Amino acid sequence: MAKTYFTEDHEWLRVEGGVATVGITDYAQEQLGDLVFVELPEVGKKLTKGDTAVVVESVKAASDVYAPVDGEITEANASLSSDPSLVNSAATGDGWLWKMRLANESQLEGLLDEAAYKAHIG
Amino acid sequence: MTGDDTRHLPLEDLHAAAGARFGAFAGWSMPLTYPAGVMKEHLHTREHAGLFDISHMKLFLVSGPGAAALLDRACPLDAGALEISQSKYTFFLNEAAGIIDDLIVTRLGDQRFMVVANAGNAVFDEKHLRELAVDFEAKVEALDRVFLAIQGPEAWAALARAGIETGSLLFMHGIEPRQNWFMSRSGYTGEDGFEIGLPESDARNLVATLLKDERVLWIGLAARDSLRLEAGLCLHGQDITTEFDPASAGLMWAIPKDVRVSGAFIGADALRSILERGPSQKRAGLKPEGRQPVRAGAALFDAEGNPAGHVTSGGFGPSAGHPVAMGYVSTALAKPGTRLFADVRGTKIPVDVNPLPFTPHRYRKG
Repeated sequence: MAKTYFTEDHEWLRVEGGVATVGITDYAQEQLGDLVFVELPEVGKKLTKGDTAVVVESVKAASDVYAPVDGEITEANASLSSDPSLVNSAATGDGWLWKMRLANESQLEGLLDEAAYKAHIG
Repeated sequence: MTGDDTRHLPLEDLHAAAGARFGAFAGWSMPLTYPAGVMKEHLHTREHAGLFDISHMKLFLVSGPGAAALLDRACPLDAGALEISQSKYTFFLNEAAGIIDDLIVTRLGDQRFMVVANAGNAVFDEKHLRELAVDFEAKVEALDRVFLAIQGPEAWAALARAGIETGSLLFMHGIEPRQNWFMSRSGYTGEDGFEIGLPESDARNLVATLLKDERVLWIGLAARDSLRLEAGLCLHGQDITTEFDPASAGLMWAIPKDVRVSGAFIGADALRSILERGPSQKRAGLKPEGRQPVRAGAALFDAEGNPAGHVTSGGFGPSAGHPVAMGYVSTALAKPGTRLFADVRGTKIPVDVNPLPFTPHRYRKG
């Protein structure tokens, strides 16, 4: 059973079998505006919580998306290379950014649940 | 978000009601995007008509028997040679020929000129003009106006429906169609369009009328930036600053030949010596390969890895359909087609020197 977590940096993680699918929230995509490019990570890259995992570029600006937990990239969403606007149209679905194998599942305890995230964005 | 010093547009309530997302620019809280989003706003302007609130820009009325002479001193301009209603893109230069600001000067009458200056430099510009005016029989008035731009192929038709005829007005000409109004056929998108300075109450009426027309949409500063970048137009503070002179910036077309030779404008000597030896770097259009935008500040390198210049504006061009940028490159590398490389977060992105503009200008010149 997958469980979804959120971060204060407006990311979501859906965790299943020790692997997290990560994306940005609908709130975040709205703030960024129309995305035109997503710089995806390489599979196998090891990330520590807080490292830049992905850079999303809107018409106007580039923004970092950070690794919410430690882990290793197992997949990047290749559809975003041809259609970065998926992040705008389906931020929490087809617009996911990457998957990572968690190095330390206890880090999930420090993340927000949906109610806490909603309270965070007000 | 907004400090005490942030300035607010007189029509801010209208932008808020239209759902604008605001951001800081040049000391002002400006509408960056509306709910349509930058991409749609950009394309709408190129296809129909975009309405922009550019009241952060400043209008100065320069008048008096010495008005033309004052402007000829302040700018590389022959103000007296302008026909009435003719506008001219020009600059304030410093003694080193660095660009203090870029401006549009319009001759309204024998001894009356309208000067439109950028928001970020308005305070300096006013002080500069007033200090220079002491030596001339000329008066400088800062006008309190709302300033609107309506841009795009249907701008003229939308204005006509709103009761404002523009038929005889050609690109880079300006008139005073009503009391305390200034209207020029000009803009910063590469499209046909108009800029109208007018009192706030008139502006509220005009905006309400224009927005009833389905061809007209509010357009934010984000699309204004992508439109002007595609059109190859410089943003002062980025693409031109006091670090750059008109020759390096590729803006010598704005300076009449006889003014280059014999004008007594501030910076004339410095500019002449730059022209004599040739600028060491030039502003150039840059087309990144692929989809990844290359942004302001990115360093440029030649094929051998030697420093070649830097990017001053960059982003995505919604009409071009690819990333667009401009920057300064060594003169030897400024030829269109030259392959350079931009450093983006440690990766070298191939970029080609590209002629400007990226999208053709569609001005109505006659």
